[in-house]
Amino acid sequence: MMTFILRRTGSLVLLLAAVSFITFTLFQLGPSDPAAAACGQECTPERVAEARVALGMDQPFFVQYFDYIRGLFSSRMIGAPGAQTLCEWPCLGKSFQTNENVADIIGRSLPYTFSMAIGALILWTITGVGLGLLAALRKGSPVDKFIVGAASVGVSLPIPVTGLFLLLLFVNQLHLLPFTTNEINSPFGPQGPGAWVANYLLPWIALAVLFSASYIRVTRTNMIETFGEDFIRTARAKGLAPRTVTFKHGVRAGITPVVTMLGMDIGLLLGGAVLTEQIFSVPGLGFTAVHAAISGDLPVTMAITMLAAFFVIVANVAVDLAYAAIDPRVRLQ
Amino acid sequence: MKRAEPLTQLQSIEPNTGSPPLPPAASPEGAAAAPAEARSLLATAWMRIRRSKIALLSLCVVVAIMLFAILAPVLSAMSGNDPFTSNTSPDVLDDFQTPGLPLPGYMYPSAQHWLGVEPGLGRDLFARLAYGGQVSLTIALLSTAVSVVLGTVLGAAAGYFGGKTDAIISRIMDLFLAFPHLLLVLSLTPILQSRLRDTPLGEGSFLPMASLVIILGFFGWAYLARIVRGQVLSLREREFVEAARSFGASHLSVLFRQIIPNVMGVVLVYATMLIPTNISAEAALSFLGVGVKDPTPSWGQMLNAAQSGNWYLSDPWFLAVPGIMLIVTVLAFNLLGDAVRDALDPKASRH
Repeated sequence: MMTFILRRTGSLVLLLAAVSFITFTLFQLGPSDPAAAACGQECTPERVAEARVALGMDQPFFVQYFDYIRGLFSSRMIGAPGAQTLCEWPCLGKSFQTNENVADIIGRSLPYTFSMAIGALILWTITGVGLGLLAALRKGSPVDKFIVGAASVGVSLPIPVTGLFLLLLFVNQLHLLPFTTNEINSPFGPQGPGAWVANYLLPWIALAVLFSASYIRVTRTNMIETFGEDFIRTARAKGLAPRTVTFKHGVRAGITPVVTMLGMDIGLLLGGAVLTEQIFSVPGLGFTAVHAAISGDLPVTMAITMLAAFFVIVANVAVDLAYAAIDPRVRLQ
Repeated sequence: MKRAEPLTQLQSIEPNTGSPPLPPAASPEGAAAAPAEARSLLATAWMRIRRSKIALLSLCVVVAIMLFAILAPVLSAMSGNDPFTSNTSPDVLDDFQTPGLPLPGYMYPSAQHWLGVEPGLGRDLFARLAYGGQVSLTIALLSTAVSVVLGTVLGAAAGYFGGKTDAIISRIMDLFLAFPHLLLVLSLTPILQSRLRDTPLGEGSFLPMASLVIILGFFGWAYLARIVRGQVLSLREREFVEAARSFGASHLSVLFRQIIPNVMGVVLVYATMLIPTNISAEAALSFLGVGVKDPTPSWGQMLNAAQSGNWYLSDPWFLAVPGIMLIVTVLAFNLLGDAVRDALDPKASRH
C-alpha cells in the first residue's frame, strides 16, 4: 500500500510539473504577444518594447519559466530593472488590468467556487445515484423507462438555457428566490446558512440537472451489470436479506465507476463552473477566468487554467487511492 | 479487475457533459467483424438503426435540422427577411415603457416574421436562427472532423508502433485529458484570434469560426485516440496484419490500409457523440462572448444576445427560440449517437 501511495505521489509531482510547463508554453510561446496584450489596444512599438522588458519577456524562455515556478515557492521581485515591485508568495504574476497579485485574485474567488461546488455535488450525487439505483432495481419497468428517458433529456440540456430559464422562472416570475449576491460566500457568514442556500440554490440545480443525468446512466448500467454477477447470486443463495445483498454487496462493488466520475468532476468543478458562474454572476474562478480571457489578462487566465488542471490531477490520484478502500475486489497490484 | 484507467472517464465539463463516457471499447472481435469498407459499415448501422423507433426519429430530426441550416438562404428569402437588417421603427419596437422591446404583434410568430423579431435591433429571428444554424453546425462538424482525424491517426500510430512512439503519444494524451476542456478553450480562443487576425483566415466573420474549429478540434482528439489505441493494440497481433507485412507491405500501408479501416466502427460511434459536445461547446463559448460575435449569428451568439441587457426577462421568447433549437439538436444527436453505438458496438450497448 505504502509503495503504491509513494508511486502515485511521485507520478503526481511529475504530471504537475508537466502541466505547469505546458500551460506556460501555450500562454507565453503560444500564438500571442503578452506584452502587446499587457500594453493595451493602442500602444506604440516603443511602449510594447518597454512592457516586454517589464514582463521579463526579453529573457530566454526557460529563465522566464523558472522565474515563474520560483514564485510558487517564495516571494520574488517582478517588473523592469529599476522599477521592480515585490510579488509576495505565492507569486503567480500580477494582473495586467489591476496590477493586483494574481494569487490574491484567486484567493478571493475560491470561496465562491467552493460554495458552488459543494452544494451542486451533494445534490447531483443524491439524485443521480439514487435514481440510477432505483432504475437498476426496477429494470424494464415504466419507472426505469421514465428515469432513462429523463436522463437522456437531462444530458442534452445546455447550462445557459437551463440557467437562464431557472432565473426567469424562480426569480423574475415567481419571486421565490433572490438574485444572487456577491456578499455571501460561506454558510458561516453573518447572514447565516439559510441565506447561503437561498443564494446558491439555483446554480446548484442548474449544475445538478446536467450532472445527475450522466450519473443516472452510469450508476444504472453498472448496477445492472453487478447484480448479474456470481457473487451476488452467492450472497442471495446464502439467504442474506435482499437489502443486505443490494447495499452491502451490490452497491459497494458497482459504485466504483461512479466514484471515478465523482473524483474527476470534483476536480473539474473546483477549477470553476465557468458557464454557471457567469450566468448567475457568482465571482468564482470560472467567472474571473472569463473576464480575464475577454480582456486579455494573461497572468490571470494562465494561473486559473493551471490551478484547474492541478485540481483535476490531484482528484485523479485521490480516486485511485479511494478505489482500494471501496471495492473489495480491487487490491493493489 | 474492474479498475478503470484513471483518466478515461474525463469529460469536458459543462458544455454538455454529454453521453456517459464510452464504455470500455468494443472487443477486437466486434471491430474486426465489422466490414472493412466505410460503405458497408454505414449499411450495417443503417440496417440496425431502422429497427428502433427512437433512432429513426432522431435521425429524421437531425436530417431536418441540417436541411434547415443548409436551406437558410432559401427559407429566409421565402419569409422575405434577412438576418442582418434591423428595424427599430416605433411601429415594431416599443418606444415608451421598455424601449427596444418588440410590440406584441412583432414579439411572437407572425406571417411577416415567422419567429418574431429581436428586441433592441428588430432583426428577424427566423432568419437569424437559420443562418445561425449554418454557423453553429459548420463549426461543430468541422471541429469534430479535425478531432477525429487527429485522434484516429495518432491513436492508431501509438497502438501499432508501440514503444517510444506509444509512450510519447500516450503521455501527450494524458496531458490533454488533464486540462479542464472549457477553461482551456476559453482562455486560448482570444489568443488564437489575435494571432489569426493577420492571416487569410482572419477575415471578418470567418475569424471566430476558424478559431473555434481549430481550438475545439485540436483539444478534442485525446479521448478518441485513447480508445483507438486500445483497439489497435490487439488488432496488430492478428493474422491479417502479419499476412500483409509478410507480403512486403510497409508499416504506413498496413496502418492506413489494414489497421485504420478496422477501427472505423468505434471512430464512427465516437464521432457521432462528439458532434453534440461540439455544438454545446460552440454555444458555450459564443454565449461567454469569446466565440461568434454579433452581427454574425450562431445559436450561442443568440443566447448571448438574450442574456445581455437582461432581454430574456422581458422577452422570454427571445431566449426560447435559440434555447429550444439547441436542446432539440443536441438531444437528437445524442440519441442518434446512442443508436449508432448500439448498432455498431452491441457489446457496449445499454442494458
